[in-house]
Amino acid sequence: MTVTESAPAAHVGSRRLRKEDPALLTGEAKFIDDLDLPGAVWVGVVRSTEAHARIVNIDGSAALAIDGVNEVLTGEDLAPLWGEGALPCAWPVTSDMKTPTHLPVARGTAKYVGDAVAVVLADSRYAAADGAAAVVVDYEPLDAVVEIADAVADGAPLVHPDLETNECYTWGLWGDNAAAVDAAFASADHVVTEQYLQQRLIPAPMEPRGCAAVPSPAGGELTLYSATQIPHILKVMTSVVLGIGENKLRVVAPSVGGGFGCKLNVYAEEILCCALAQQRGAPVRWTEGRAEAAVSTIQGRGQVQHIELAADAEGRLQAVRVKLLADMGAYLQLVTPGVPLLGGFLYHGCYHIPNYIFECKAVFTNRVPTDAYRGAGRPEATYAIERAMDSLAAAVGVAPEEIRSRNFIKAEDFPYESPPGLVFDSGDYHAVLDKAVSLANVAGRRAQAAQRRAAGSTKRIGVGFSSYVEMCGLAPSRVLASLAYGAGGWEAATVRISPTCKVQVVTGSTPHGQGHETCWSMIVADKLGVDPDDVEVLHSDTAVSPTGLDTYGSRSLSVGGTAVFMAADKVIDKARAIAAHQLEANEDDLEFSGGVFRVRGTPEAEVPLAGVAFAAFTAHDLPEGMEPNLEAHVTYDPPNFTFPNGTHIAVVEVDTETGNVELIDYVAVDDCGVQINPLIVEGQVHGGILQGAAQALYEDAVYNSDGQLVTANLADYLVPSAVEAPRYRLESHVSPSPTNPMGVKGVGEAGTIASAPAVMNAVVDALRDLGVNNVEMPASPQTVWKAISSAQGGAS
Amino acid sequence: MIPAAFDYKVAESAEHAISLLAEHGDEAKLLAGGHSLIPMMRFRLAAPGVLVDVGRLDDLRYIRRSNGTVAIGALTRHSDLEHSAELAQACPMLSSVAALVGDPAVRHRGTLGGTIAHADPASDLPAAVLALGATIVARGPGGSREIAATNFFTGYFESVLADDEMITEIRVPADDGGWNYQKFNRRAQDWAIVGVAVASGGTGVSLVNMGSTPMRASAVEAAVYSGASAAEAAAVAAEGLAPPTDLNADSDYRSHLARVLTRRALNAAGVS
Amino acid sequence: MTNVTLTVNGTHRSLEVEPRTLLVHALRDELGLTGTNVGCDSSSCGACTVLVDGRSAKACTMFTVQADGAEITTIEGVAEADGTLHPMQQAFHEKHALQCGYCTPGMVMAAISLVEEYPGLDEHGVRHGLEGNLCRCTGYQNIVDAVLQAAGTGGD
Repeated sequence: MTVTESAPAAHVGSRRLRKEDPALLTGEAKFIDDLDLPGAVWVGVVRSTEAHARIVNIDGSAALAIDGVNEVLTGEDLAPLWGEGALPCAWPVTSDMKTPTHLPVARGTAKYVGDAVAVVLADSRYAAADGAAAVVVDYEPLDAVVEIADAVADGAPLVHPDLETNECYTWGLWGDNAAAVDAAFASADHVVTEQYLQQRLIPAPMEPRGCAAVPSPAGGELTLYSATQIPHILKVMTSVVLGIGENKLRVVAPSVGGGFGCKLNVYAEEILCCALAQQRGAPVRWTEGRAEAAVSTIQGRGQVQHIELAADAEGRLQAVRVKLLADMGAYLQLVTPGVPLLGGFLYHGCYHIPNYIFECKAVFTNRVPTDAYRGAGRPEATYAIERAMDSLAAAVGVAPEEIRSRNFIKAEDFPYESPPGLVFDSGDYHAVLDKAVSLANVAGRRAQAAQRRAAGSTKRIGVGFSSYVEMCGLAPSRVLASLAYGAGGWEAATVRISPTCKVQVVTGSTPHGQGHETCWSMIVADKLGVDPDDVEVLHSDTAVSPTGLDTYGSRSLSVGGTAVFMAADKVIDKARAIAAHQLEANEDDLEFSGGVFRVRGTPEAEVPLAGVAFAAFTAHDLPEGMEPNLEAHVTYDPPNFTFPNGTHIAVVEVDTETGNVELIDYVAVDDCGVQINPLIVEGQVHGGILQGAAQALYEDAVYNSDGQLVTANLADYLVPSAVEAPRYRLESHVSPSPTNPMGVKGVGEAGTIASAPAVMNAVVDALRDLGVNNVEMPASPQTVWKAISSAQGGAS
Repeated sequence: MIPAAFDYKVAESAEHAISLLAEHGDEAKLLAGGHSLIPMMRFRLAAPGVLVDVGRLDDLRYIRRSNGTVAIGALTRHSDLEHSAELAQACPMLSSVAALVGDPAVRHRGTLGGTIAHADPASDLPAAVLALGATIVARGPGGSREIAATNFFTGYFESVLADDEMITEIRVPADDGGWNYQKFNRRAQDWAIVGVAVASGGTGVSLVNMGSTPMRASAVEAAVYSGASAAEAAAVAAEGLAPPTDLNADSDYRSHLARVLTRRALNAAGVS
Repeated sequence: MTNVTLTVNGTHRSLEVEPRTLLVHALRDELGLTGTNVGCDSSSCGACTVLVDGRSAKACTMFTVQADGAEITTIEGVAEADGTLHPMQQAFHEKHALQCGYCTPGMVMAAISLVEEYPGLDEHGVRHGLEGNLCRCTGYQNIVDAVLQAAGTGGD
């Protein structure tokens, strides 16, 4: 492969092109459905067409008559495969949380449209589809809970009658502060009370899910290939659910075509394929179709947010009170209940607020389970506080940037202990805001907007702000324990130097588009003084990388990358001891730079790393007691989260006649700490911005009153294209995080966290003088037009 | 998703296609570009027993101008319409509308005859030929007949085309009058929520997705003809219509859009 | 089953398929050309875009039998035999126009066809020309810049 690469001496900080690209650009990369598995059994899943129904009868006879369809199995038939095992939820957020039993294939009752009720085993992809379409299921419909509010209504039908309630849990933060919060509201000059709906979203990575379980019957081993973000966690969970010894199970994530949180899970089809492959001694595979994905893969968001701000006469915040109703869907998937908590700490945003109280009530509905979707809890929190801050600015009569500036945590106050007890690591929110205001030419835009208003133009300009801080780099294991999360937050890395001085990095992070191979190579190349192309990065296979906690929550660089950085240091320490032995010098007198050990003050006394590596390999003459070879392993448990922050400014043009919103400018200034590769940072921010803007303007998982998802394909669920996307203009601010030695924070979710409120604030800004104070997401043309019409007294 | 199985027949000529249709009755469907039919088959919303592939009938792929008429073969692809210098000169509205259908890959496969036969009220080109006063030539076992576009569409995905007929040609009058097409949608690739086609300086006006068929906005045309302003004419765009309600628009909003877009289209077509 | 003859990436291929076999599945499952991906079932995403007789087509919205006798070019067929990337692939690499890479083969094929079909493309033209190819990672800006670069009409 001939690829042009730039090769500056110091790699970290450079816009180095990705080593992942050639395989992906040529079709060489293998995604899950690309695997060639001769003799595999194809699984077709029969899914409930009812939101809530008793399964009266399942008739597979027509399916079995189809050539290539071999078996039709119901939940009853399959039950012995998992026995007492059920799909896991790893986050029991309260001790009295209600957890329904979640079988991979339902028995007795279907709880949502998409719930698996039977499976077809066939010889081919096409026969599996034919078979699944031909199974006839007789349902007796039951009353369904569709909307969040319906779940807590008097006399609501129960999603899980055995739990005797639709309430999953109630979780609060700083409840003993209630009296102080009440007092702050009682004495406030300004009180803002807002309610927002976080619509459900379909994550829709371009690659749907898929998995294949391949047994080695003689040896008893099982390999699960899955389009997953979490091979390591999936391995542990599959082992627990099915009782397969971890020593007999290997999980491999091949090239994975995006995840955005929805591949951070343990799914029915993974358990099903493993159980069947083990039982049949043959490979068993399943690939999701797009319409199937809409009802078989988790959805994101799904909250009703109630937020109140109390402020003094100048708009300085005195208290924030938040109540959420969060939609769990019909079942709890891997981290479903924990998603609102990840936002719970952040509803006070970037602002110093003396009093804070947060409560979340989680409920079951007869809909697809929710779970982590890019940002997971933090976009929701940022949305609520940033929309409410604009309302406060309007109430006080100051500009949005002024209300933010008055309330920001000050640069000199870092590290800053937040009201709920987090320690924000570093930042300069004022500097970031100023940079964004200037880049967006806010004054010029406002003049343009005023001009259009004065001229009576139907093309209104709006400028919207969003300042955010997020917590990522999940996470200190002890903090996760305090939140009742079922695992730790560390990450593992191994750095090995081969006899010829090539470097092998093994990481427990699991990339699916983020560019780990490139960035890890850059970090290690700088450390060891080697070429990044001489570094290979191994990942995503539990046989190669046995220890890891995978990729989610913008954790890869700040936790996994730090582990790699530390492992490189550790291997240098060992090399230094060998070099000192070779040079007959004291270790403390050696300096290491550019891949060479030198004795300080004696320039001619030097040995290159290659020489040390070969000596470590031959082991002919190592210091007494030293093990051969250069290799070091580090498991890093971060002492704190990291706190990326930024200010984004969206400029929209709203056509008041049609309600159409066009994003005409988008400025983002982000502080993700030290940047390893700005090219990759920018790519993450671009994509993140569009995903958040898509929530603001386009995307909505719409259910009808019967609980049918009516946006189940990409013709109806509006993932935006290049035409709808704005041109992004980015700058950054770097305040290194003191949490880790590289000073990095994370950037995978920042764009998505920031952009939805920026866009919505811009829409409202364009229309506020027409009497519009809120527009619900997504701000479709019809929604905007109706908001204008109703503000104008119903005239159209 | 995977379509249900079917028998596949390649038509060697229009006559052959018609005889295959006659032979297989309502089990059979014509397959041209397939860009309306195949997605429906993938969702198993359509499962014809026999597909008669007319996609190879290259003799039905042409754009010919003679006197005041442009004759377009039914198998002419949207991208052919888009790139035809002759059509751009004789009937610029039609080539411009063709360039707005779907995306380039769709335009490379989709055919004019196919999209008209599909009779989707949300499609662009049926409304365009309607506004232009086109004539549709259909051939059946008994020979060819000419159908005015205004009489062609009868209901949701329904037309006067018999089960054993196929469209062979679309005849469009050359039109150097003012024209415009307003396509309003949320994403560029989507069907129009509402569309308005204006031809012939405002005397040919049609509406997309405002009912069960593409339709002429006769009240608007009459108003323009009688000298009304664009705003006055546009005000009656939705008169007497019962537009559908769907995910993107309810009936009221569609009516409102029809009025706004009609005014804009008339203005752009030179009606002040 | 029907016999179909295709020229795929310059090689003559003959295969037996059910008439309903989508072109993308013939390429992937019968010919082992798995670079062309499937991303939806509604012709919306363009992940399956290939060239049919030199012009972009969505291989999930074509039956293989419709392509009988056609020349098909897939992502596997655009780099040179020695591995030198096609200028469009190279531009995607240089502009960081891919992240997970799943939409990339279809996006590259659509872009190759687009540049060929519309000489002198500007940014507006590129964005509209790619409206039928969805990407969830990049936010499109780098893709647009890559296509402009390869088209020789912008993007540095």
